Amino acid sequence: MATQTQVKLDPQLQSRRGPFDVIGEWVTTVDHKKIGLMYIGYALVFLAVGGVEALLIRIQLAVPNNTFVSPQVFNRLFTLHGTTMVFFVGMPILFGFGNYLVPLMIGARDMAFPRLNAFSFWISAFGGILLYCSYLSGFGLYGAGTAPDVGWFAYAPLTARVFSPGHSTDYWTLSVLISGIGSIGTALNIFATTICMRCPGMKLSRMPLLVWLYLVTAFLVFVAVSPLTAAQIMLLIDRYLGGHFFDTQAGGSAVLWMHFFWIFGHPEVYILVLPAFAFANEIIPVFSRKAIFGYPAMVSASVGIGFISLSVWAHHMFTVGMGPGPNAFFTFSTMVISVPTGIKIFNWLATLWGGNIHFTTSMKFAIAFLFQFLIAGLTGIMLSVSPFDWQLGNSYFVVAHFHYVLVGAILIMIFSAFYFWYPKMTGRMLSEKLGSWHFWLFVIGFHLTFDFMHVPGMLGMPRRIYTYEADRGWGLLNMIVSSGAVFQAVAVLIFVYNLVRSYFKGEKAGPDPWDAWTLEWSTSSPPPSYNFAAIPTVESRRPLWDRKHPEEPDEQYE
Amino acid sequence: MFFSLGLPVANAADSAVLCSRGGDIPSASPAILHSAPRLLSLVLDQSSTSIFAPQGTPARSIFGLSILVLGICTVIFLTVAGLLLYTLVRFRHRRGFTQREPAQIYGSTQIELSWTVIPILIVVTLFLATARVIFVTETAAKPSNALEVIIIGHQYWWEYRYPKLGVVTANELHIPVSDPAHPIPTYLTMSSADTDHSFWVPRLAGKMDVIPNKVNTMWIDPYKPGLYLGQCAQYCGTQHAKMLIRVYADSPTDFAAWVALQQQIAAQNAEAAKGRAVFEANACVNCHTISGTAGKGTFGPNLSHLASRSTIASGAVPNNAQNLRAFIDDPAHFKPGALMPAMRLNSRDLDAVTNYLMTLH
Repeated sequence: MATQTQVKLDPQLQSRRGPFDVIGEWVTTVDHKKIGLMYIGYALVFLAVGGVEALLIRIQLAVPNNTFVSPQVFNRLFTLHGTTMVFFVGMPILFGFGNYLVPLMIGARDMAFPRLNAFSFWISAFGGILLYCSYLSGFGLYGAGTAPDVGWFAYAPLTARVFSPGHSTDYWTLSVLISGIGSIGTALNIFATTICMRCPGMKLSRMPLLVWLYLVTAFLVFVAVSPLTAAQIMLLIDRYLGGHFFDTQAGGSAVLWMHFFWIFGHPEVYILVLPAFAFANEIIPVFSRKAIFGYPAMVSASVGIGFISLSVWAHHMFTVGMGPGPNAFFTFSTMVISVPTGIKIFNWLATLWGGNIHFTTSMKFAIAFLFQFLIAGLTGIMLSVSPFDWQLGNSYFVVAHFHYVLVGAILIMIFSAFYFWYPKMTGRMLSEKLGSWHFWLFVIGFHLTFDFMHVPGMLGMPRRIYTYEADRGWGLLNMIVSSGAVFQAVAVLIFVYNLVRSYFKGEKAGPDPWDAWTLEWSTSSPPPSYNFAAIPTVESRRPLWDRKHPEEPDEQYE
Repeated sequence: MFFSLGLPVANAADSAVLCSRGGDIPSASPAILHSAPRLLSLVLDQSSTSIFAPQGTPARSIFGLSILVLGICTVIFLTVAGLLLYTLVRFRHRRGFTQREPAQIYGSTQIELSWTVIPILIVVTLFLATARVIFVTETAAKPSNALEVIIIGHQYWWEYRYPKLGVVTANELHIPVSDPAHPIPTYLTMSSADTDHSFWVPRLAGKMDVIPNKVNTMWIDPYKPGLYLGQCAQYCGTQHAKMLIRVYADSPTDFAAWVALQQQIAAQNAEAAKGRAVFEANACVNCHTISGTAGKGTFGPNLSHLASRSTIASGAVPNNAQNLRAFIDDPAHFKPGALMPAMRLNSRDLDAVTNYLMTLH
C-alpha cells in the first residue's frame, strides 16, 4: 500500500470558508479529479435535459396523429436531444471518468497540462450552455420559431440561410464548434498524460486496459473532431461570408457535408463506446476475481478498432447514390470491424469463465452491457449489409440500433462505472438495494423501448417524423416503446437519489472496497489532491495483486 | 418474441385497393429457406409498408438477403448468449465459497486465434452474398420498354414528370404493373429542388436519397396492381412527416387510360368560370400550373388534373371539397409549416375556387 498520509486542514480554517470560497475553489481548480467530477456533474445535468426531451418525443409518438407538440417543437426536440446526448452528455461524462481515472491508474499526480484541462472543461461547458441559449433568440426553419431544428447531423442544404434564415442554426454550429475545441484539448491532454506521466515500471505493456482504451479514444477524438470543426467553419463561411461549400443553390455539394460529418460521426461512435469497453475491462475481471483474458489481444483489438473505425464512415451514406463500388467497399470495411469487436466479447466471456462471479450492482450492469452490446453488434452487421440498409437506413430500425449502442452499451456501462468508482470519488458506497431497483427498472424499460423500436422500422417507419398515419400498423408498437421510457425515467430518478443519499449516508468505503488490483485503489477514498504521497512503482499489470499475493506475482505470466 | 403481437391491420379507405400481400417465395429454394421467410412474412405482414412483404424485384432480392443475414445473426446470438448465460450460472459466486481466488488464466493463443478466424470466415461469406445483390440491383441494364419518370423532391411534396409522355403530376405516381413474365420496369431519375429527401416505398425497393445538385437513379417493378405506400425518409424540414408517397401500379389498359387523361388540357367548365377567374386573379398562378390557364408556376404542384388524385397535401388528407377548401383557406390546418401561404380569400371566392379545382379531372 502506498502511504496514506494526508495533510489535515485546520478545522477552524475549514469552517471559516463560506460558499463563495467553495465555488471559487471549484471554478479555479486545475486538479484533474475536480475537473473530472465537474465534467460528470455537467453531463448529468444535460442527461436530465436530454432525457426530458426524449420523454416529450415519446409522448408525441405514443399514438398516431397525436397533437401533443407541434411539428416545429418536435423537430427542435429531436435536434436538441441528439446534439445534447452526443456532445454534452456522452463526450463530457466519458472525459470526466477519463480525467479522474487515467492519472490515478498510471500513478501520476495530475494530467500533463492541468490548465489546458481546466480550459477544455470550461469551453465545453460554455458550448452546451450556448446551445440552450438558442431558446432565447434565433429563428430556425421557415416559420419554425427558436432553437435548432435541423437534426443532429444538420444535413446541407437545410442549414443554408435560404432554408434556415434565423440564428438557431448558428447556435448549433457555434456550440458544436466550441465544444469541439474543448474535446480536442482534452484528447491532447489524455494522450500526453498517458505517454509521458506513467509511474516508474509502468511500461505500455503494463498499462491498465482502461488507459489503453482512453489512449485510442484520445487519438480518435483528435482525428475525428478536427474535420467536424473544419466543417462547422465552412458552414459559417457559407452562411455569412458568401461561401458555397454546401450551398446547393449556388453549385455547392450536399454530399460533401455528409462526408465531413460522418468522417467525424462514425469514429465518434467509437469515441463513445471505447470508454465503455474500458470500464468493462476493469470491472469484469474484478468481479470475476480473474485477470483479464488475453491482454495483448485486447490491446491490439482496441487499436485495430481505432484504425478500422476511420474507414467505415460512408456506411451512413449507402442511400445517397455512391454507386456499387463504394457501397461494396464500405460494406466490407464495416463488416471487418466486427472481428476485433468479436474478439473483445469472447475475451470478456473467457474472463468470466472459471471465475468466481460476484453479482454486485456494478457487475449486473456490466453483464447487461455484454448481452446488449452483442445484440447491438448483430443489428450493426445487418445494417452493414448495404442492400438491407437501403430498406432499414433512416428508419426506426437504425434509431433502435444506435440507441442499443448508446444506451444499452454505453450508458449502461457508465452506470456500472458509477457503482464501481463512486466509492473512490466520494469515500462512500452507493446503496446496493437502491442499485438493484435502478438496475432492474432500467433494464426492463430499456428492453421495452428499444427491442420493440426495431419493428416499426422494418414496417417502414422513417425517423424524425412528428406523427404518423393510423393505417400503417405502427401504433401499438410505438405505445410499447413509449411505455418503456417511463420505466427508464423512474430508474434514473432512483439513481440520482442514490447518488445524493449515499454521499451523506452511504457506508464508508475505505481505500479498496472491491479488493481490486489497479493503482487508484492504493490511495485513500477520495484521494488527496496530490493522489499519491509517494509515486508508486509497478512490476506488473496488476500492482495491487502483486502486493496482495506476493507468493504468486503477476509479472511471471506477462 | 415481439413477432407474435397482434398488430392493427390497415383499415383506411386504402385497404380496398391495397393489393394482396405475402411473399411468394420461389419454390426452388431449400425447405428451410422456404418456410422461414413465409413465417416471417405472416407475422410482419400486417403493415402496408412492411419490408417483409416485397412486391418487386429489388425489394425481393433485399428480402432474400435479409433472411440470410437474420439467420446468421440469430445463430451467432443464440451461441454467444447461450455460452454467456451458461458461464454466469456455472461460475456464479456461491455463499460459503471460501476459496481464496480462482485460478488466474492469462490467455490462450489457440483459443483466441479460433475466435478471430471463424468470424473472418463468416464476414467473407456475408460480404460475397451482399456484393452480389449490390451489383445485380445497381447495375441492372435498362430494357427498351422501360417507363422513365423524373422525380423532383420539394418541401414537402413530390413532382413526377414523364418526359416521353408529356405528363406532369404530383404526389401520386402511376406506373404500369410489371408482370415478372413480361417485365415493364419503371426507371426513376431523381433530384431535389431544395433540401435532401429520400424516396422510399418499402414493398417495391430500398430507399434512394433525392439530393439537390445530384442525380440519382433507381428502378421499381411492382408485380401486382394496386397501391403501394411510402414516404420521405430523409429529414427535409418542418413537414417531413407529411411528405407521403402513393404509387399506383395500374394494369396496362388502366395506365394507358390514366396517361390519356393526364395528357389532356385541363377541363374548361363554364359553371366553374368564376373559380377559374379567382385562381387566375390571385397569387395561385405564381406557384401552380393549370394547363390552358394563366397559371404557369412550378413552385407548387401541377393542378391540371387535381381532381383525378385521391389525396391532397402530399397524401396528408383525402381529396374532397371540404378538405380542399380548408387547405386553401389555411394549409396549416393540415400541414403546419407547409410553404403554401394562407390565401385569405373570402368565403365566396373560396367556394368558387374549390368548386373549380374539383372539376379538374
